[in-house]
Amino acid sequence: MAHEILERNRGLDGVVVLGIQVGGVWLAERLAAEIAAIDRAVPVGSIDAALYRDDIGLRPVSPAARSDVPVDLGGATVVLVDDVLFTGRTVRAALDAVADYGRPRTVQLAVLVDRGHRELPIRPDYVGKNLPTSAHEEVRATADGVEIVERPAGAA
Amino acid sequence: VKHLRSIEEIGTDGVLRLLDLTDTMVEVNRRPNPRVPALRGKTVCNLFFEDSTRTRLSFETAAKRLSADVMTFTVGTSSVNKGESLRDTIETVAAMGVDAFVVRHGSSGVPWQVSRWTTASIVNGGDGWHGHPTQALLDAYTVRTALGRTGGLDGLRVAIVGDIRHSRVARSNVEVFTALGADVTLVAPATLLPPAPPAPTTADLDEVIEKVDVLYLLRMQQERMQEALVPSLREYSARFGLTAQRAHRLPEHALVMHPGPMNRGVEILVDPAELPGAVITQQVTNGVAVRMAVLFELLGAGRDVPTESTP
Repeated sequence: MAHEILERNRGLDGVVVLGIQVGGVWLAERLAAEIAAIDRAVPVGSIDAALYRDDIGLRPVSPAARSDVPVDLGGATVVLVDDVLFTGRTVRAALDAVADYGRPRTVQLAVLVDRGHRELPIRPDYVGKNLPTSAHEEVRATADGVEIVERPAGAA
Repeated sequence: VKHLRSIEEIGTDGVLRLLDLTDTMVEVNRRPNPRVPALRGKTVCNLFFEDSTRTRLSFETAAKRLSADVMTFTVGTSSVNKGESLRDTIETVAAMGVDAFVVRHGSSGVPWQVSRWTTASIVNGGDGWHGHPTQALLDAYTVRTALGRTGGLDGLRVAIVGDIRHSRVARSNVEVFTALGADVTLVAPATLLPPAPPAPTTADLDEVIEKVDVLYLLRMQQERMQEALVPSLREYSARFGLTAQRAHRLPEHALVMHPGPMNRGVEILVDPAELPGAVITQQVTNGVAVRMAVLFELLGAGRDVPTESTP
């Protein structure tokens, strides 16, 4: 995936890697480390989309994690990173959050797992693995691997 | 959580949650455009039956930064002067569609009374001598960040100095600091202590000043002179004011706090700008972030959680 990012952007000029809180943060750091190993270090940060969600008022408030954007995003190539891509709603919220930090030249999306069931017109640029799932399953991705769990009946 | 009428109502877990959420809001406030769409479509009404410019402005700013609509109602310009009862006022404003009321009133217990007349969330913006929970939260947040702590405030030594008896700030601060594990001492003359003090007391500031991590000065109100609870302001300053000599005896890391507005020359006789530990401006700045956290916690949470979508 690190190689793909380098190839697609013909180098690393202006590239900023931002992990979406919470699941995308460790992945963004791993990805940035891989990129640094191949070429050179790029700015890496995190973005918290909780305050931009369209389902505020429908779910409990979770003590949100903080955004940490190390550089001005005006003119940058932002690579948003998340662990699992599902409905696309988190990504939409993260796009709004990114817009508040400046106007990037492009925004790309990298995900470890694409599990389908999109509810919005959002498509990842870099995918680790396409994983067909049922809407009743839950996908958990950690540094140790990916697991699919049956969602307990009645849970959100 | 539906209301924030007192610290007791949300408990230690609620306090810690709000302090963590405040971290997020502080980051929002540092941005060039400090506004997020979190509470779009929500309406917050500030009901101020007692004058308080700073608290009102702080709540207004907080609501606006979360994109909520704000109505402000101050008694000076309202029909309360035409003899409308509190209940009628609340029901009238609530009928316009309000999601949260911030209530400030000179009588204790009004926020509870108001919550019986409306389904909206209630935030206590100060009630009588009873409580001022958002002030206490912003003070706890200020201490936590200034001293670089992350969880609670275990073992921290806090001295609250001044008119404890008539102070809602003191009462809520004792609750919040105690809930977070700090040791609070109240420093005041016997006439300015409540009948059942909520924490250990002393009348000797000099005895505790070298052993505090936080020195919290309360505003000394002129009215107390007329009630003859203290002999004179000069006498009060001599025994309970932060003088230059006392400032030297404070531990190096100690914080000096004040809820404002300050009476220079009464409770504080040095220029706070020259005190390395003074965090009085940070208190005001953090006030906006804390109130954003409170409004988001009360209005951002779902009443019913949907079954179809996860993160």
